[in-house]
Amino acid sequence: MNFIRDIGIIITIACFTFLTRVFPFAVFGRHQQPPAIIRYLGKVLPASVIAILVVYCLKHVHFTTISAFAPEFVAVCIVAGLHLWKRNNLLSIGIGTVSYMLMIQYLF
Amino acid sequence: MTKTLRFAFIKTIPVLFGYLFLGIAFGLLLQRAGYNFIWAFFISTFVFAGSMQFVLISFLGSSMSFVSIILMTLSINSRHIFYGLSFIEKFKHMGKAYPYMIFSLTDETYSLLCGTQIPEDLQEDKVFFAIASLNQSYWVIGSVLGGLLGEMIFFNTTGIDFAMTALFVVIFIEQWLASKIHIPALIGVFCGVISLIVFGPNRFILPALISTIGLIILFRKNIQSREEAQI
Repeated sequence: MNFIRDIGIIITIACFTFLTRVFPFAVFGRHQQPPAIIRYLGKVLPASVIAILVVYCLKHVHFTTISAFAPEFVAVCIVAGLHLWKRNNLLSIGIGTVSYMLMIQYLF
Repeated sequence: MTKTLRFAFIKTIPVLFGYLFLGIAFGLLLQRAGYNFIWAFFISTFVFAGSMQFVLISFLGSSMSFVSIILMTLSINSRHIFYGLSFIEKFKHMGKAYPYMIFSLTDETYSLLCGTQIPEDLQEDKVFFAIASLNQSYWVIGSVLGGLLGEMIFFNTTGIDFAMTALFVVIFIEQWLASKIHIPALIGVFCGVISLIVFGPNRFILPALISTIGLIILFRKNIQSREEAQI
């Protein structure tokens, strides 16, 4: 049952991802602009959605014990600090992830 | 043909490194979630969307509703509307490759297609197709490698799923620095955190997305006037 559901999830995401890519080609011709509200959402929504995704990744963090939030908090600071300093995606993600792994395996 | 391929390959080298690295991370996380490299191969072949695929891992085996999954997919990919707009005319002339060009228009492929000057002795169509398909091959190879690596790894990988958090933090910072208007990002944080507190970790995503879209539309005048002021 889980197998079928997983396949269904993948097909759904594949279809709706393609839908967002095909949308401008299917709906708009040469001189037609999409409605202003769609253009506005396409421009502004990505910034909000990334913020929600960060919250989504950290959704299991809670503040009842130190070990339930400290590794995430420190690792996010490392990623952010490193990225503001070097602006290198792979470096920020790599070092951030390794330090998180070390913290939850050895410290907390 | 070889000349086209060589030109496209050189152009795609930066993407090669980025996609291999992120692809391996994706394959690894997927494998850790209990889905081997065959899953990685099919997902990277048929979905081919970086951020979306990382979020997809968290959906597998979860009880997330299909309504939430669909709304999340549409929101995460909403930026694609713009990518397509730049290529409506160009892709139409590409015959059999037309559907593939639309399917494979990721952030990285988009920026390469926008920024590449085609030499006179090469055909633009063929270069475009070569760039798009090379990029996807890096992504698929990386994902499968990650899945295989996950089976062989001998050290303790607990916590490696933080790679996804790190990826989104990095994208968040990049977007923050690229824009002077931070209201949309702040609305996202606000709605995300409030929904999480109110609805709990397993049910917050739908209310978070809906309230965010609502607030963004509500503040449209404000955000747009600031955007114009920025230019």
